[in-house]
Amino acid sequence: MMKKIILAALLCVPLLAHASEEEVKLDSAQVNVEDKLSLQRGARVFVNYCVGCHSGSYMRYSRLEDLGLTEKQIVDNLMVTGEKPVETMTAALRRDDAKAWFGVAPPDLTLVARSRGADWLYTYLRTFYRDPSRPTGWNNTTFPNVAMPHALWALQGQQVLKEDGGKSHEGQAEKVLVLDKPGKLSPVEYDALVKDLVNYMVYMGEPAQTKRKETGIFVLFFLAGLTVLAYYLKKEFWKDIH
Amino acid sequence: MKILQALLGWIDDRFPLTATWKQHLSEYYAPKNFNFWYFFGSLALLVLVLQIVTGIFLTMHYKPDASLNAAGVSVAFASVEYIMRDVDWGWLIRYLHSTGASMFFVVVYLHMYRGLIYGSYRKPRELIWIFGCFIYVALMAEAFMGYLLPWGQMSFWGAQVIVNLFAAIPYIGDGLSTWIRGDFVISDATLNRFFSFHVIAVPLVLLGLVVMHLVALHEVGSNNPDGIEIKKKKDPNTGIPLDGIPFHPYYTVKDIFGVCVFLMVFSVILFFTPEMGGYFLEGNNFVPADPFKTPPHIAPLWYFTAFYSILRAVPPMFGSQFPGVIAMGMAIVVMFLLPWLDRSPVKSIRYRGAIYKWALALFVIAFFVLSYLGTQSVSELKNWLARIFSVIYFAFFIFMPWYTRIDKTKPEPERVTA
Repeated sequence: MMKKIILAALLCVPLLAHASEEEVKLDSAQVNVEDKLSLQRGARVFVNYCVGCHSGSYMRYSRLEDLGLTEKQIVDNLMVTGEKPVETMTAALRRDDAKAWFGVAPPDLTLVARSRGADWLYTYLRTFYRDPSRPTGWNNTTFPNVAMPHALWALQGQQVLKEDGGKSHEGQAEKVLVLDKPGKLSPVEYDALVKDLVNYMVYMGEPAQTKRKETGIFVLFFLAGLTVLAYYLKKEFWKDIH
Repeated sequence: MKILQALLGWIDDRFPLTATWKQHLSEYYAPKNFNFWYFFGSLALLVLVLQIVTGIFLTMHYKPDASLNAAGVSVAFASVEYIMRDVDWGWLIRYLHSTGASMFFVVVYLHMYRGLIYGSYRKPRELIWIFGCFIYVALMAEAFMGYLLPWGQMSFWGAQVIVNLFAAIPYIGDGLSTWIRGDFVISDATLNRFFSFHVIAVPLVLLGLVVMHLVALHEVGSNNPDGIEIKKKKDPNTGIPLDGIPFHPYYTVKDIFGVCVFLMVFSVILFFTPEMGGYFLEGNNFVPADPFKTPPHIAPLWYFTAFYSILRAVPPMFGSQFPGVIAMGMAIVVMFLLPWLDRSPVKSIRYRGAIYKWALALFVIAFFVLSYLGTQSVSELKNWLARIFSVIYFAFFIFMPWYTRIDKTKPEPERVTA
């Protein structure tokens, strides 16, 4: 009887969940932090296109040795700001200047993959479009009226927001992003580049995550053995209790 | 061996070491029919020790400082990331502590539920229950203040919302909330005093209460799934309860097994999903606290959300949120009264009638639904659901003296059953 009541209550939960607020549909990034080549490519995009304005202020350049790079490789190819590899990825743009020019200081990106999620970043970086009504000339369907211009526009090209003639279920005209002027990369290449970048940002959000999972497997094997021992120890002690 | 015997004798002449060992372990006779539900007391003790030990190491590296560093981030927030990145095994210590906080509530809720189903709060164990309720309240204070320390958006705004509840108290509210914060807003002063309370004041109270909880338990003896007193049937020669077995070694080896299984569950969460889908570590708390940017959706962590739901379910009266605050407070206060609300002739759910089983089932459902609703943003439908289930929550306690008396019970056995 009790089980039936609990089951009935659990069945109601999805109904409640459905009533939550409307959100932007996100594309799946499907990142893989084990893929070191992807992380290396992503790190290069990050230092070339992001660190100009955004910091990764908890991320030391030297930590990039995690990606299978030597210190020399890091200094030669990836260290765009700072003087020593132990320094963190600090933006070239000064915070006061940024506030004066953009109205806000660009947020620190070290942990953005943990607060926003990989799928959000992957979608966001692919949904910029030209919008003459904005001061920067750019807008974004994932983050409407974002202050940041499209930093990767030369690669992606320029998208525009167009009505596709269909109607959404709210009765408003459905709008879609269309590539108006192609960039240096094809859409497939651009998506791959963004995926590498997001992969790197997921890694940067928690550099210890690979070690964490490896340690976890070791710990679980150890505990499984210990549990078996503890079980037989208990059984041995309890055999005279009836 | 002889030297050790002599040493033990020397100590026993000066300190009751052997006597204490016997009283609380080797000659503490516990009922032999403990089941699954009896693992959670020792597990709560384990998690308490874990939180204290990991807390000591975190305190070595954490800095309770809300001022901004050169990169424009608060020192407190940056020090947590320093632990996650630069301190050897810092990520492990931090995740042990954050996972431990949530798992503490998991085991404590299961431990409390055990008390409910087997009537462990009934005479003569009223004080054990009351000390337990105080432990629960202290634990909530500990968790709430600890959650401010990472100084993320949820830390800041969660604390803002909860401290503002005190401002709803008529006449003294404004002054009281300012006194708690040490400032007019949550600030560096608040962070430092919460740190102080979190690392020393509340843990001291908690430890004292745990000792009292255990001393009271060992004074009257443990209840069991049959809810009968094993001390009523003793061996006439030895004076040992016929259904009692020494806690050590029987329950120590059994609890070691329980600890192993628990640690496996704990490790799966810690090593493979430490955020637990946002329930143990909220995504928004990876954004540093910003007093000028209110998050669109503020919710406490999952273990508080049932009470948060009750708070929100009560509509403001005379332009004041105070009635909601009272309701939330009463939801906890009413737990203390449980030993005197239950008028059933039997203790254990095994011998209770259908009415109590229904009442308990509804109560558990209400707690789950309220907990879920507390994580969600408000809407008309959800608000009404929260009201209905808040009423069920309180009805479980308010009508207990009546429904436990009229409930048809089964006869209790003379001796414990398997």
